[in-house]
Amino acid sequence: MKALIVDGVSKYFRTRGKLIEAVKKVSFEIEKGEIFGLLGPNGSGKSTIVRMISTLLIPDEGRIEVFGYDVVRYPKKVQSMINRVSVEASFFKKLSAMENLLFTAGIYGIPLNAAREKIKMISRKIGLSESRLNDPLEEFSRGMQQKVAIARAFLTSPILLLLDEPTTGLDPRAKREVQDLILQVIKEHDATVLLTTHDMTEAETLCDRIGILHRGKLVAIGSPKELKEKANAYTMEEVFMFFTGEMFEDLEVVE
Amino acid sequence: MNLLRELRGALAFVKRNFDLSKRYWKWELVFFAYTVANSITMGFIGRAMRKFGADVDVNYLILYMLIGSIIWGYLSVLFEIVAETVAWERWEETIEYTFMAPISRVTHLISVCLYSVIYGVIRSGLILLITSLFFNLDLSNADFLSAFVILMVSSLSFIGLGIVGAILPLISPEKGVQVVHIFQALLLMFSGVYYEIDVLPNWMQTIARMSPATYALKGMRLAILEGRGVLELTDYYIPLLLIGSILLPIGIWMFQIMEKYAKKKGLLKRSG
Repeated sequence: MKALIVDGVSKYFRTRGKLIEAVKKVSFEIEKGEIFGLLGPNGSGKSTIVRMISTLLIPDEGRIEVFGYDVVRYPKKVQSMINRVSVEASFFKKLSAMENLLFTAGIYGIPLNAAREKIKMISRKIGLSESRLNDPLEEFSRGMQQKVAIARAFLTSPILLLLDEPTTGLDPRAKREVQDLILQVIKEHDATVLLTTHDMTEAETLCDRIGILHRGKLVAIGSPKELKEKANAYTMEEVFMFFTGEMFEDLEVVE
Repeated sequence: MNLLRELRGALAFVKRNFDLSKRYWKWELVFFAYTVANSITMGFIGRAMRKFGADVDVNYLILYMLIGSIIWGYLSVLFEIVAETVAWERWEETIEYTFMAPISRVTHLISVCLYSVIYGVIRSGLILLITSLFFNLDLSNADFLSAFVILMVSSLSFIGLGIVGAILPLISPEKGVQVVHIFQALLLMFSGVYYEIDVLPNWMQTIARMSPATYALKGMRLAILEGRGVLELTDYYIPLLLIGSILLPIGIWMFQIMEKYAKKKGLLKRSG
């Protein structure tokens, strides 16, 4: 069984009378245990696809299945199998890490005592001391907030993890630490991962296969090696240029 | 539905909201002080009536005004907490994480309502305690059982109103909360918080009779000021029960329909 099937999915938005085609007939599949990357500049449709898989958006066309369950027909079933780390850590910033994580555990139905134990175990892995667990999240650095977000995702034991630009905006050291943590926890939890990024190196380093998104369309798919061979390129920037006809940097706009 | 799982979820929502109140304690203190000052002011307006030449039972009037202020404070807190559930999550930027959790929306909304009742009762009790220090309140006639029944039944109808109100910030991230506040102000004007509704023009009285706050305030005043028993107040808590039992399920049902609409239109996002 495929971990994820995205089949002919489209999503349109109407803003001030103007129709925006955010995602246009995108199709791809992810095998169980695979790390699949969606690579594209801001506004290419990556986050829209992640939101549709997360049951936060309903596709206008096509279907999405997570381990055989349609995201529109069986949202609760899908929600219990997934979790997400997004570009913003998205916590109750005045609450402590422990309070935030216990809230997540509660709404995912995890018993309180089991949750406390698991939180302590995961905190050790992300390098967060037990005393800091009781500090408000607003006192944490961006990098540490993002690590707590990863802890939150793994607290619920997802079998499909959606990483939506988890390292965007982090300084190089925090970025590296978060990437290492992602690799470590993925290995330990045997999770399937969909990673969206606009960082070419990150995509190449972390992903088994990559899909290139350009203006809402999936224009190429394959392992980094396959893509480079097809494009006869040395770098992912050249790969992107080959498949889209545009320079990646030229497409970077603020979402 | 796994009941135990849902119960854990419900407790998590109640605990989270109390945690938030604890962490935002300075704001809580500010709003509390404002409400206490407002209630005491209303009490003094009652006492001042004689100065204007009115021939009234001052103690009755003070209690009348205080009941209006405290009960309105309770009902509006209930309404606000429930109606602003979505807006609050959006402001905290947690909306996407809460709405992608595998918990039923009924559990989510009902647990927020449960928190609002516990919070509202504690807060109103404290306000009553502090305001009673400023006035020599005569509660010897009060039927507290009757007052409690009115309070609980009116909570049900205000929760129903709150859930209907919560739909607005769900479908209109930018204007929803403002509309909720306008609705709240209209309830205050129509429902006889500080006066009997028969002083209103006829057309306003017709609207006032549709507001649950009208029955809650009148019933509460009869229970506290005149000592009317539970069986004597059926004219007040039956309409409240009726409004609550209609609004609550309809509100939850409409919320779920509108959640689907919000998911179609992409409105379940952090910012407006």
